Formats: sequence, C-alpha cells, structure tokens
Amino acid sequence: MTPAALAPFLAFPQALRGAGFPAAPEQTQDFLAAVGLLGPRGIADIRRAAHALFGPGPDRQGEFDAVFDAVFLGRSLMAPAEGAPEDLPQARDAEGFQEMPEAEEEDPSGGEATAAERLFARALAAGDEAGALLAFARALPRSLPKRRSRRMRPGKGRLADPRRAFREMIRRDGEITRLPARRRRLRERRVLLLVDVSGSMKAGTDGALRLAHALVQGGERVEVFTLGTRLTRVTRALRHRDRAAALSHAAGLVADWDGGTRLGEALAVFLSVPRFAAFARGALAIVVSDGLERGGPEALTAAMGRLRGLAWSVLWLSPLAADPAYRPETGAMRAILPLLDRLGDGSTPPAIAREILGFAKGARA
Amino acid sequence: MALRRTPPGLDGPAPLARALREAQYIADEGLATAAFLALALGKPLLLEGAPGVGKTEAAKALASVLGRELVRLQCYEGIDAAAALYEWNFPRQMLAIRQAGEGYVNLYADEYLIARPLLQALEAPRDRVLLIDEIDRADHEFEAFLLEFLSDFTISIPERGTVRASEPPVVILTSNRTRELHEALRRRCVYHWIGYPDPALEAEIVMMRASSVARDTAARVVAAVNGLRAEPLAKPPGVAETVEWAEAATLLNAQGVPWPRAFARAIGVALKDQDDLQWVAPRLEALLGGAAA
Repeated sequence: MTPAALAPFLAFPQALRGAGFPAAPEQTQDFLAAVGLLGPRGIADIRRAAHALFGPGPDRQGEFDAVFDAVFLGRSLMAPAEGAPEDLPQARDAEGFQEMPEAEEEDPSGGEATAAERLFARALAAGDEAGALLAFARALPRSLPKRRSRRMRPGKGRLADPRRAFREMIRRDGEITRLPARRRRLRERRVLLLVDVSGSMKAGTDGALRLAHALVQGGERVEVFTLGTRLTRVTRALRHRDRAAALSHAAGLVADWDGGTRLGEALAVFLSVPRFAAFARGALAIVVSDGLERGGPEALTAAMGRLRGLAWSVLWLSPLAADPAYRPETGAMRAILPLLDRLGDGSTPPAIAREILGFAKGARA
Repeated sequence: MALRRTPPGLDGPAPLARALREAQYIADEGLATAAFLALALGKPLLLEGAPGVGKTEAAKALASVLGRELVRLQCYEGIDAAAALYEWNFPRQMLAIRQAGEGYVNLYADEYLIARPLLQALEAPRDRVLLIDEIDRADHEFEAFLLEFLSDFTISIPERGTVRASEPPVVILTSNRTRELHEALRRRCVYHWIGYPDPALEAEIVMMRASSVARDTAARVVAAVNGLRAEPLAKPPGVAETVEWAEAATLLNAQGVPWPRAFARAIGVALKDQDDLQWVAPRLEALLGGAAA
C-alpha cells in the first residue's frame, strides 16, 4: 500500500475519536491488518473490517457509518452524526450505561447506623433539609434492603468452608480440630427511582431530585429516571458529589420539565429497553408521582403490572398522600393500588426519605 | 501483532461461511468476516444480539468447523474464580493427608486440581474453543478479571506457578446487551452485532434446522414472525422460536388441523408471555392473513 493510499486508514480513527468513539492505537493496527487479510476486494470489505474492530454498538451504527463515508468516500458529515445525544428520540440513554463499581461491602456496625438515623431525625426536627439529606445518605447502607449474594465469606453459618478447613489441616499435620464455616454475603438490593417531572408535580420535582442525589450518593446501586412525556436517565449526572453541579447537569438532560403526563407510556418505554428493564429485576422500585395521568389508565396499569412482576417491591410516593384523609380517586390510581406494596407520602424530600428508610426497615423485619 | 495462520480451507470469510453452512449454521457476510478476522488476528470474538438470534449456536458451529471441543462458561452475577478458573478438590486432599500418615504426599498434584473452563481452555488451546456465555450477566469485578485473562492468557496458581497457553486459544464471548460492556473489553475483541436475519435468510434457516417444514410453511412463519417483531412485545420471538413455531405448526397440520388454524394453535411456542399473548390475540388473524397472502 502506498503512503497516499494509507492516508484515509490513518485519518479514520482520528475522525472516529472526533465523533466521540473510542479508538485505541492497537485497534487501528488490527484494523489495518484486517483490511490486508481481507484483500480488500472493495469498500464493503473495509467497512466490515471497521465494524468488526471498532465495534460500534447497534444504536450508534448510523453515526459510525457516517464517519466512515466521510473519510473513505469523501461524503460530507451529516448533521445528525454530531448532534447532541440529548436530541435523540425517546428513551435514549444520554450518558451510556455503566453500573456503579460493586464492592462487596458488608454493612457497617449497627451502632453507627442507628446514630446516622438519629442524626437524620434530629436534622429533620430542626428543619434543616440539607443536613437531613446528608444524614439520609449516611443511613442508607444500613437501611436499604439486602439480598443474599452468590459469593461467600467466612463467618458463622451452616455451610462448611473446605478451603479453610484444608489450610488448617495442613497447619496441624492433618488433624482437624474444628470445622470452619462460611456463609453467603449480603448485597444491597438495587434501587430504582422513577421521578414524575410533569406539570402537576411542578412543586415537588426539585425536591425529589435533591433526594435522588442523596440516594445515589448513599446507595450502592441506584438508578434514577425522570418520567414525563418521555423517559430520561439521570443517574450518571447525579453521581457527581457536588449537589448543585449534579442537579444542574441533570436538569439540562431532562427535556420535558413540567410537560404533560404520559406515565403509562413512559413506563412502557422504560420496560421495553432490555437493559433498563433488567435493572428493575429484583430491585426496590420507587415511583414518585401524583398519578394524575393524561393517557388512559390501561397503559399505566399494564406497565405497573409488568414492573410489579420484575421488581422485588414497588413503592408509590404521592404528594397527595401527605393528607391523611387522601384516598385514591382517579381511575388510574385505583387500578394500580393492588399492585403496590405501599402507597406513601411523597410531598417533600424528608417525607420521601422517611418512607424509604421506613419501608426498607419494615420489609427486612 | 500476532497473526495466526488460519486452518487450511478457511483462508477468507467466504470459505468460512461455506464451512459454517456445512455445520448447519448460516452466517451472513458480516458474521463470517468478523469470525475470520478473530481467527486470523488471534483476538476473541464478541457477539452481541437480542436473545434467540443464535449467538451460542454460532459458537457451537465455529467449534465444530475447527474440529475442536467447545468449553462453555455460563456467566451469572457473583461468578468467581473458583467457578471460572480452578478449584482444589479439598475432600480428596484431606483424605490424602489422612492416608499419608507419616509419609510424604504432594497435595497439589494434577489429581487434586479441578480445572474449570478458563483453565481447560488454556491447557489445550489447539483442541478447545472457549465460549464465555452471557458475559453481561456477570458483574464488573469478573469483567475486569476477564480483561487480564484475555490479554495474557495466563492463570497463576499460587501452589503451582503460572499456566501459560502455548498459543492464544479461540475465545468467543456473547452478550445479550442487558448492560453496556466496558470499553476496554470491547477493544480487545473483534465485535459483531447479530441482528434478526432478513426474511429470505430466516426461511432458509428454518428449513435447514427443521427438515420436516415445507418451503411454503417456512415463508409464512417468517412473515408472521416479522409481523410479531414489529408489535410492542415484552419478548419478541427469536430465530429459535421461529424454527419451533414452524415445526409445531407442521406437526399439528399433519394431525389434521387446517393451515391458518395450525399456526394460531401453535402460537404458544413463539410467544411465551401471557401479556404478549393477550396483546397479540386480536391481531393474530391479520398477522397470519398477511402471512398467507
């Protein structure tokens, strides 16, 4: 291959990086080798080699091909290739999906946690919301519901631990004096928080997102989505430690603030994206919404039914439920009531925090 | 860059596709190219796609084309080294200590080592193909661990030293894409997204997999399945479901059930979710009608 013919092959990874695709030097090297291996008999071979070695996911294949065409065929880049991810259609995960690093941490000691909960109550009584949220985040590791993991740890339990038993035997010349045991680790359950950002919830959405930030900071595996006329994933934005920065970033992602409510449809979209739906499996699902639905109740009921089937528990927190005399009146709320584990107060961040801590505790007992 | 010589007769995507077809697997050009490049460059092959499009089948076919044994590691959340690499056979070791008495016994000999899939693949890279199935089910720690394994192809066993593969084994990873894999892992692999095959190809797959199915039936089933995939279903039917649906309908027809009814009666083979069945029920006739036309 003459250097002139080589030029587009070297320009291509550059262009890919410019368009936001990761392209490592070793991939470029392999790409060149692959093109050589295939002949190449035509541009289709080069395109297939590019696909195989740079591996764009199915949702970015269009963009990838646009870059490819620009470099190898001299076609100009179409505008969509550089469009901001937020502009893409519904349920597009604007941030890429990355789970939190999963350290198998054991829960901290009981004394510390109850102290955190006491702090939460005290800050609450003092009317200090920021303090209450901080205390809430600290109380979470102790309070969130747990499940058994496949992994084991040494400790009192009924399962024998052959590895440690064997080590002890070697140490004692083949004698065994006591049988070491092990037990399954406990992991925090996933928590899925769905926040309604439609017009009727206007007064509460800011507070709910402040709480979501505390939840993401304190919990091990938490996902947060906003629902309105569309679905937006804001977990990554909320992972920023600084509350103000995180919230302003999240606010920028959500395009349907104070819009109409299509809860049922937004939930259906959530459930139809496999990796989102997979997140609901076995999770504690919390919906913060007043349930005032503009679409028909059927869509919401069907979606809640499926969410119920996936999730471990479903908690619905409505600002209307702050009033003790509140009884669900709308058709949609009445229809989904049997599907909920609890219908609670979602009027203010501290109220939501209290519901989450209280529910998790009750469920554990 | 480790360019590996590909096995004789497989020196290009087209010959590989032909060989796969002989192994009862129909690969499109993209898959054949990716598989060929993975073999030639000595890199793992990462296959992503919706459930039921034939990712695991592709791995099996590739193993049979290469004439190697397929070693499969099924991933799950919480999978650890003892399940993936090796484990000592502790009961036998304990017995050995007891029996040895005052004598000497090597407790870390081969007979006490239980090789799990990754170690099995390293021990005989020329005879085995390693399939790491549904990697998206495993957690991040395991993915990070695989990263190391896939770049060095070594496993260190503290009691015995390091096991090194004499040549990089053929490795195939599959993912249902329930979560995004790490960039670092994708970068080490040759990637291919398996989509649903186009109707003509799918009809061909149906006839190859289920020899009892007539050409006409296959075409109808494929048309109906494509209609179903356009509906908002919780679990759209995969290629495996298409094959089973065609087979089931053919079987019912042989029992005397007339044609459009045979499809409708056998729908439970294609759709396995009550909500989906309810959703489809009123539309089924139209879907099958479209299929008959």
